Amino acid sequence: MKSSKEKITGAEIVIKALIEQGVDTVFGYPGGAILPVYDELFQQKKIRHILVRHEQAATHAAEGYARSTGKIGVVFVTSGPGATNSVTGLTDALMDSVPIVVISGQVPTFMIGNDAFQEADTVGITRPCTKHNWLIKDTNKLAETIHRAFHVAKTGRPGPVLVDIPKDVQFASGCYTKKKKVSTDFFKPELSLDPNLLTETVQRLEKASKPIIYTGGGVINSGEKAVNLLRKLVSKTNFPITSTLMGLGSYPASGDNWLGMLGMHGTYEANMSMHDCDFMLCVGARFDDRITGRIDAFSPNSFKVHIDIDPSSVNKNVTVDVPLIGDVAIILEELIATWEKRGSKVSSQKLGQWWKEIGEWKNVKSLKYTNSSSVIKPQYAIQRLEEHTRGHDRYISTEVGQHQMWAAQFMGFEEPNRWMTSGGLGTMGYGFPASLGVQVAHPKSLVINVAGEASWLMNMQELGTAVQYRLPVKQFILNNERLGMVRQWQELLHGERYSHSWSDALPDFEKLAEAYGIKGIRCEDPVKLDDAIQAMLDYPGPVIFDCLVEKHENCFPMIPSGKAHNEMILGEQTQSDNISDEGAVLV
Amino acid sequence: MSLNLKKGVNRQSAYNLRDPNIDYEAAHTLSIIVDNESGVLARVIGLFSGRGYNIDSLTVAEIDHSGHRSRITIVTSGTPKVINQIKAQLNRMVPVHEVIDLTLKGKAVQRELAIFKVNGTGNQRVEALRLADVFRAKVVDSTLKSFTFELTGNSEKIDAFAELMEPLGLLEMARTGIVALLRGHNSS
Ligand SMILES: Cc1ncc(C[n+]2csc(CCOP(=O)(O)OP(=O)(O)O)c2C)c(N)n1
Ligand SMILES: [Mg+2]
Repeated sequence: MKSSKEKITGAEIVIKALIEQGVDTVFGYPGGAILPVYDELFQQKKIRHILVRHEQAATHAAEGYARSTGKIGVVFVTSGPGATNSVTGLTDALMDSVPIVVISGQVPTFMIGNDAFQEADTVGITRPCTKHNWLIKDTNKLAETIHRAFHVAKTGRPGPVLVDIPKDVQFASGCYTKKKKVSTDFFKPELSLDPNLLTETVQRLEKASKPIIYTGGGVINSGEKAVNLLRKLVSKTNFPITSTLMGLGSYPASGDNWLGMLGMHGTYEANMSMHDCDFMLCVGARFDDRITGRIDAFSPNSFKVHIDIDPSSVNKNVTVDVPLIGDVAIILEELIATWEKRGSKVSSQKLGQWWKEIGEWKNVKSLKYTNSSSVIKPQYAIQRLEEHTRGHDRYISTEVGQHQMWAAQFMGFEEPNRWMTSGGLGTMGYGFPASLGVQVAHPKSLVINVAGEASWLMNMQELGTAVQYRLPVKQFILNNERLGMVRQWQELLHGERYSHSWSDALPDFEKLAEAYGIKGIRCEDPVKLDDAIQAMLDYPGPVIFDCLVEKHENCFPMIPSGKAHNEMILGEQTQSDNISDEGAVLV
Repeated sequence: MSLNLKKGVNRQSAYNLRDPNIDYEAAHTLSIIVDNESGVLARVIGLFSGRGYNIDSLTVAEIDHSGHRSRITIVTSGTPKVINQIKAQLNRMVPVHEVIDLTLKGKAVQRELAIFKVNGTGNQRVEALRLADVFRAKVVDSTLKSFTFELTGNSEKIDAFAELMEPLGLLEMARTGIVALLRGHNSS
């Protein structure tokens, strides 16, 4: 590896390497051990730095930035507490396959191991929550390592990486290595596609009488091409399609073959189709327990094909018949090519029968709920929000809880990269900072965080960031004054003993907004909801929308943990026929 | 609405407690070629402890100085599904170059080295020395009332020798854990 002879400081190398990697935005928070890098940041104009108010928020903002753009999110943190504060975001990104690069300052090399001020074993702590991490002890290795870090973050299944740089390494001089001089051979996930397996898959596609396509975040991670190919495959086959929480938007919610989300709070038709199908094509999803329910009763009669770029995701939870390891776009392209070459056809008669069966499940109307004229039902609030914003250039993030599931159920996503939510880790406090990261990447777009009041409080300090950078994010808080999802489980599974699931001592959200000089809106009357939402959309800056909703609403349908898909429980509204349809909202 | 569970009943757990991996468990010897860099062993061990895999034996040493490569030999046990999972998880680690399942690949030579300190006098001492000879253990140190033996062999041989030395005054032992290579003229 040749390096140019000219020597520059480690801190300069960091900035130079990021610029060469095409980084235009960094989310971060300074501190002693990363000051040399911040000094360099100050002296250049190519990289914009967004100062968050807590390092956890920097990681989630970087995730929001990455997921809404398909690029890599970058974070700067200092040593010790700065680094430990990034752990939740790293773990979140690992679970949801989001490519982010965290650059952390470290105490000088000669002090490592001495319990120096703000020393933490950052690579030790973050080892299990990164794809890989590096502690750099030689300034000459710095550029090379940063380029490698970017390569690892985006190659194969994307994920987070961390580069820990002691302060003396930032000060010392060393040689810069250009990106193109750094070999990427050290990390090359092996992907070999067996043409026989492709043919077998296509044969099964042709023969299937009760097929389903089950997609996940992998389709979106693979990119636009994968999304287009998926849509092409669906229109060629006329198969029904469902998706995990992470994959919403890869197939349009308005599409004819869309069954809605599957899983614990998925639709009846999606879950029943998964249970009863005879052929399952899983594309970029990983058979998570929120999806499968009881594993030994999961889709008992289907032939399963699994497309995934990560071999460790295959046969981990569910044993499949045909694994197709590789990038979703490449495999779908091959599949469709094989399909076309064979002149394949599906039996429209068998498929028609299957669609008829699915139609009956759809008629159950599993998302039905009882509306009210005196109190805002949370589902209604989301429906109205959807109604007012559908068709906008819109990005939605969420926190974690009931509101998240309602947003997934009642909002329609037509395109990928428009939906940011913490799926694998279920991190309360994700949505607000993620919305900031999205807004930074898309300054002109409408960015809404659908929040629960409890989750939102977990990173509410980021109001400062929103105001400082004039990020007009809308915080749409479904305020049930409860840790709603916890309350629901306590009601259903813990004998109605509501142990510590109250959101007591809530702030006055309108006044809180006022304190930051932004707009606060409160609404508790369903009649006034439309105007209030419109006022939120009309306001050019950040808004906190305190939407006071029914406190005891449960999120249905629901597959209780450890139950099978066909044991799902439906809402009271769908369960009993004696409640009239009046006031019930059909979806 | 409640699911009609008796108060205090918590069998209906929030998590699925059923172990879906009730299947036949077998021991596998894995040979893992890794970059010899700081923290690499911690990564591999962390994977095992973090995901609840077993480690029955573990050895590691550099095998290629100029190429900075080490070989980690791990004996683990699990159902076929778990073993496949372990290999897939290892394979996706950045410093891991190769994972070879010696148990599946064919016959492997497996060896351990052990050192035994046996204290005794009179007939006991003579018997210990005689058995050491039978096992082809070497005397590497001795005092008037003790022997220190060195023994290499497969794990069963080490176990058998330890068992015999027990009544003859076995004071303490140390063993390396298994190293292994595939038999035959091909590389693993
Ligand atoms: C950091 C974190 N702590 C705890 C939990 C467990 N948890 C899941 S949902 C939830 C309640 C969320 O309440 P809120 O944000 O108000 O949303 P709601 O369910 O009421 O819509 C809790 C505590 C979690 N997911 N994340
Ligand atoms: Mg709440």
